[in-house]
Amino acid sequence: MAFTFAAFCYMLALLLTAALIFFAIWHIIAFDELKTDYKNPIDQCNTLNPLVLPEYLIHAFFCVMFLCASEWLTLGLNMPLLGYHIWSSPQIFLGVLIVSVSRYMTRPVMSVPGLYDPTTIMNADILAYCQKEGWCKLAFYLLSFFYYLYGMIYVLVSS
Amino acid sequence: MKEANYVTNMHWQRKPVGGQDENNIQLLEPHNTKGPGPNQLSQDSSVPTDQVYSVVPQAPHAQQLPAKNFPQVPAEQYNYDYQQNLQMIGNFQNVRQTISRPPLSGNPLQKVNSAGVQSASLAGYPGSYSRMPLSSPSSFTPLSVDSVQPRPSMPPQSKWQFGPPQQSHPVSQPLAGMQVNHAVPTEGIGQGNLPSVPISTTYGMACPNPAIGNQYGNVAGRPTTQNYANQGLVHPPVSQPSHQMYQPGRTPLRPPPSGGPPLIRPAQPLLNTNHDAPLAQNISRDTEGFNSGSSGDQSEAPDNYDTLEGGGKIMQPLLQDFKTRGPLGHSYPSLPPGYQNLAAPGNQLPDPAGSQFSQAPHFNQLMAGMGGLNLQQNHQAEGIRPLNLLQDRNILPSTPVKAPHPNLHKDLQKLNCNPDVFRCTLTNIPQTQSLLSKAKLPLGLQLHPFRDLSQLPVVTSSTIVRCRSCRTYINPFVNFLDQRRWKCNLCYRVNDVPEEFMYNPVTRSYGEPHKRPEVQSATIEFIAPSEYMLRPPQPAVYLYIMDVSHNAIESGYLNTICQSLLDNLDTLPGDSRTRIGFITFDSTIHFYNLQEGLSQPQMMVVSDIEDVFIPTPDNLLVNLNESKELIQDLLRNLPQMFINTLETQSALGPALQAAYKLMSPTGGRASVFQTQLPSLGVGALKSREDPNQRSNVKDVQHLSPAIDFYKKLALDCSGQQIAVDLFMLNGQYSDLASLACISKFSAGCIYCYPSYHHKHNLLQVEKFQKDLKRYLTRKIGFEAVMRIRCTKGLAIHTFHGNFFVRSTDLLSLPNINPDAGFAVQMSIEENLVDVQLVSFQAALLYTSSKGERRIRVHTMCLPVVSSLADVYAGADVQSAICLLASMAVDRSISSSLSDARDALVNAVIDSFATYRTAVLSQQQQQQPGVIAPFSLRLFPLYVLALLKQKAFRTGTSTRLDDRVFSMCEVKYQPVSYLILMIHPNLYRIDNLSDEGSININDKTIPQPPILQLSVEKLNRDGAFLMDAGSAFFLWIGKNCCSLFLNQVLGASSYASIPQNMTQLPELETAESERTRAFLSWLRDQRPFYPVLQVIKDETPLKTSFLQNMVEDRTESALSYYEFLLHVQQQVNK
Repeated sequence: MAFTFAAFCYMLALLLTAALIFFAIWHIIAFDELKTDYKNPIDQCNTLNPLVLPEYLIHAFFCVMFLCASEWLTLGLNMPLLGYHIWSSPQIFLGVLIVSVSRYMTRPVMSVPGLYDPTTIMNADILAYCQKEGWCKLAFYLLSFFYYLYGMIYVLVSS
Repeated sequence: MKEANYVTNMHWQRKPVGGQDENNIQLLEPHNTKGPGPNQLSQDSSVPTDQVYSVVPQAPHAQQLPAKNFPQVPAEQYNYDYQQNLQMIGNFQNVRQTISRPPLSGNPLQKVNSAGVQSASLAGYPGSYSRMPLSSPSSFTPLSVDSVQPRPSMPPQSKWQFGPPQQSHPVSQPLAGMQVNHAVPTEGIGQGNLPSVPISTTYGMACPNPAIGNQYGNVAGRPTTQNYANQGLVHPPVSQPSHQMYQPGRTPLRPPPSGGPPLIRPAQPLLNTNHDAPLAQNISRDTEGFNSGSSGDQSEAPDNYDTLEGGGKIMQPLLQDFKTRGPLGHSYPSLPPGYQNLAAPGNQLPDPAGSQFSQAPHFNQLMAGMGGLNLQQNHQAEGIRPLNLLQDRNILPSTPVKAPHPNLHKDLQKLNCNPDVFRCTLTNIPQTQSLLSKAKLPLGLQLHPFRDLSQLPVVTSSTIVRCRSCRTYINPFVNFLDQRRWKCNLCYRVNDVPEEFMYNPVTRSYGEPHKRPEVQSATIEFIAPSEYMLRPPQPAVYLYIMDVSHNAIESGYLNTICQSLLDNLDTLPGDSRTRIGFITFDSTIHFYNLQEGLSQPQMMVVSDIEDVFIPTPDNLLVNLNESKELIQDLLRNLPQMFINTLETQSALGPALQAAYKLMSPTGGRASVFQTQLPSLGVGALKSREDPNQRSNVKDVQHLSPAIDFYKKLALDCSGQQIAVDLFMLNGQYSDLASLACISKFSAGCIYCYPSYHHKHNLLQVEKFQKDLKRYLTRKIGFEAVMRIRCTKGLAIHTFHGNFFVRSTDLLSLPNINPDAGFAVQMSIEENLVDVQLVSFQAALLYTSSKGERRIRVHTMCLPVVSSLADVYAGADVQSAICLLASMAVDRSISSSLSDARDALVNAVIDSFATYRTAVLSQQQQQQPGVIAPFSLRLFPLYVLALLKQKAFRTGTSTRLDDRVFSMCEVKYQPVSYLILMIHPNLYRIDNLSDEGSININDKTIPQPPILQLSVEKLNRDGAFLMDAGSAFFLWIGKNCCSLFLNQVLGASSYASIPQNMTQLPELETAESERTRAFLSWLRDQRPFYPVLQVIKDETPLKTSFLQNMVEDRTESALSYYEFLLHVQQQVNK
């Protein structure tokens, strides 16, 4: 039993995933509030948009950590979400003036990073999509939380 | 399902019925933190609210309703500027440079009337300018029947020729048949045992009329016949004195001592609060925290526009509670005995259009029966009758297509909302979402909420009766369970009838709540009490922001706008507080100090466009009446002031920011006149259009905005109740796709005059002048919100139009104008089993230009059906096509134009395919051809027309700005105007006769039949008028009979018809009078003024006429017949 880099990665991922779970819950609550008229879409988008990039970065960060630790299975499990994020993020990074149809949902032209546009967010399709996305991510993060816990113990015990 | 429950549970906990105050306060914050928020102070108690907007009158007499004339508080009393002054002084010290140009009239005031100059030059024009040499007859390519006929790809001609006459008839016949129900002469009213109230005089007030107040009082002497079988129950002795107590329109000073004891139901506590409310109102009128208990039982303190209108959610637990109560929640109960005598069929007021106030029988009965079986059957048979479009050539009716009538009992139908205001794409609502998706037709509403109405009942009442859980306004389609309770038709909650509502001001009788105007008219306007105000009603504020760069001066539009403003300065909607201001901009921003007392207007130039500030915040928006001289002075001089400018840059973004800062304390309307691509400061744009790609068949790019500056600014404006209207007068590409956002999200409107030039494009000049006149003088509502409610089970999916969506069912509209239309896509979330009728209600809360807070409520009721055939039978093709067009615009922006075009074609194919397989019998399915239900017979034609419309066409060279503008129009034009833009009406007018004509105001108006939009209908011997909504084209055939040329056009021969004729001469001949009567009749049907263009064969304008011939083949688009073949091929696949 030794404290390897892999074990460290799992511990880190465990903590970060806990944070991501909070992000996802926040996301779900925010859209729920939108749907039930409690919040103005402008404010809601202003609070949600700054959270998009950090979430993506955190996730990308521990993916890189797993890569370094050669945890291929864990990395593989995370690839779909990473791909989904990366696919959707070029425009976030490049910012203005890029219109791309390649994205799953064309990011509105915005001068700030983020995904949500107050003028279209109330569209029933987009709202439903965002809510579903929130639930799926929550489920994914929860499962991966326990997986990392298992992985951490396994690595600690086996090495 | 689980999720939904979770949502509503949360809701339930957080928002209990009675006490919304906490939530409201929470709600307030998000919205108002947006702007710099100087208007927040107006919500503070610092404003002596009672003085300012005590709308509730105290005078006891019905005839004197002081509430109607809003107390004219002098502008000083609204002293928001106070704080702002301080702030602005601070700003002022930061001024880096404030160069003052020589004051306006530093050069000796030119008293020359600029209009005179202009008109002189216009008059001199035709001789001096001629772009197109008159072509000699030999060069003229004849456009005649002969030249059109070869259609190479056309299959057997025989099929395609005119059908036998009887085939064209069935089309118009059923329509006429349907009308019969509604065309019964109005004399029918008096037949019943009911008082025949002179409705139009009592209630029908033209809406702009400010003194709408006295409508109730006039009926005083009417005999009131009691209609209840058991009068004793209705008229307890107690209620007698209350005839005096409940004078209409005044504050109920005291409720009757015990409120009609015999009728009180167990719901005691509620009733008590209800009763206390008026009392409290009376006592605590001048205390500050006073809330009058409107709509019964809640005293809510609205803090947000959102909550003002009263956004309520349907509360699930509550509903379930009601549902479990048995028959109440599910089906429509049979009538209490007292009501059943009522439905004497003679009582109906059969006129559907206006006066809806006659006594109607009670609906419970009607709903229960869904009766009118005859009517129903006729309808269905007609709407569903299969029609082979390939064989029936003449499907286009010769009279304008009318909206189908919902398949309701006629008593219910006649109370229904006017289809011009409110219509649904499916007049039979499918029962389930699966049925809806099977039918492949869009479900949605088309709304024209602020339409100018000739008759609009206005109610002043301190109690606006609304459902307690969903906040629906009481409407003609609610059920009265008994005298004291009504059941909401949207959420099925049983509510109490407030005491005040028991008094009927029309008949001056007590105990007839179902005869109140609220329950008799589907469109009604309330004067809202102070709970519906977030802040005191603001004055009307108009700001004009004009481009004065070199390009703008060249186009010469300043003359037109200044002259129009000068002419209409007195007719601008508003009261004595109306404020007006001007900003001009090129590479700098110019403000105009118009403060009363100055000898001449002062111009202030702010050249710091990176950080715009307002030089003197007080004097830039001035009271129109007090500073009228200065304003007129400025308007006379403005066109000359920049005549020698060399500045070519345009700093539109900073100018808009300045306007935003200037107007944010009050809100209002900003009108922007822009002539080129903005090139300086924030919001600068780059040219994105490649002219060589214009006719690119593959795809059109750059339909979405390039930057989000305008959108963000529009959202800020929306938060401060500012609407920005955009007038584009550009010659070059100006990226309307980006600029339009400023109007789209601030509920403004967009006008476009491409290639505007005061000399070279007289057509646009005339159009601009006419549009401006309408624009400046039309009604306007400020600080508006619109909420759309629908029966539980239906949900709003998407909105289309110009607005900002504030929550799932609420639109924020800083301004509402009478020409704005909205579309709403609906979805069915819960199956509508057990429901026979669904209702939709649109409530528009706005501040009128007179400073009154008003609520206009439209309610529409539609039947629910369970079979696919019925869904098709009730389809409203015009409304559906307009909704599809709006959806296609969204699609072309979010995806691509070709996608949108495909989706349009697929809509036809899918719906026809379903109709074929699911509705038609086996035998009918074997028939070849394109089989369509009668109700959708025009569907392929309209879709084809849409594909050839500027917004969606490909292949033809279309400027990007034109395309984007056309898309904007599709989104916000109401159905009745949009349908003409999609599919114009064509008339032959050289042989107008009085046959079949109609008479309006002693004028005989001929009614020529509508012709198909095909060149084969044109004839060189005739003259044809095309009514394309916003433009009239008069095409004169080369061999047109000289009688018409002489008598109508005043020309001796075809060659002598002037090239740019835009008006028919007023000749004294019968032909001329007939033609002009017809034209003006067409014009009267719409509020704007379509300009007439006389088109001779050889003029360049010919293309704009011919491109509307949608049934013909063009280089890049199919003809109607080819399109049908394509549909057939796809349907049969």
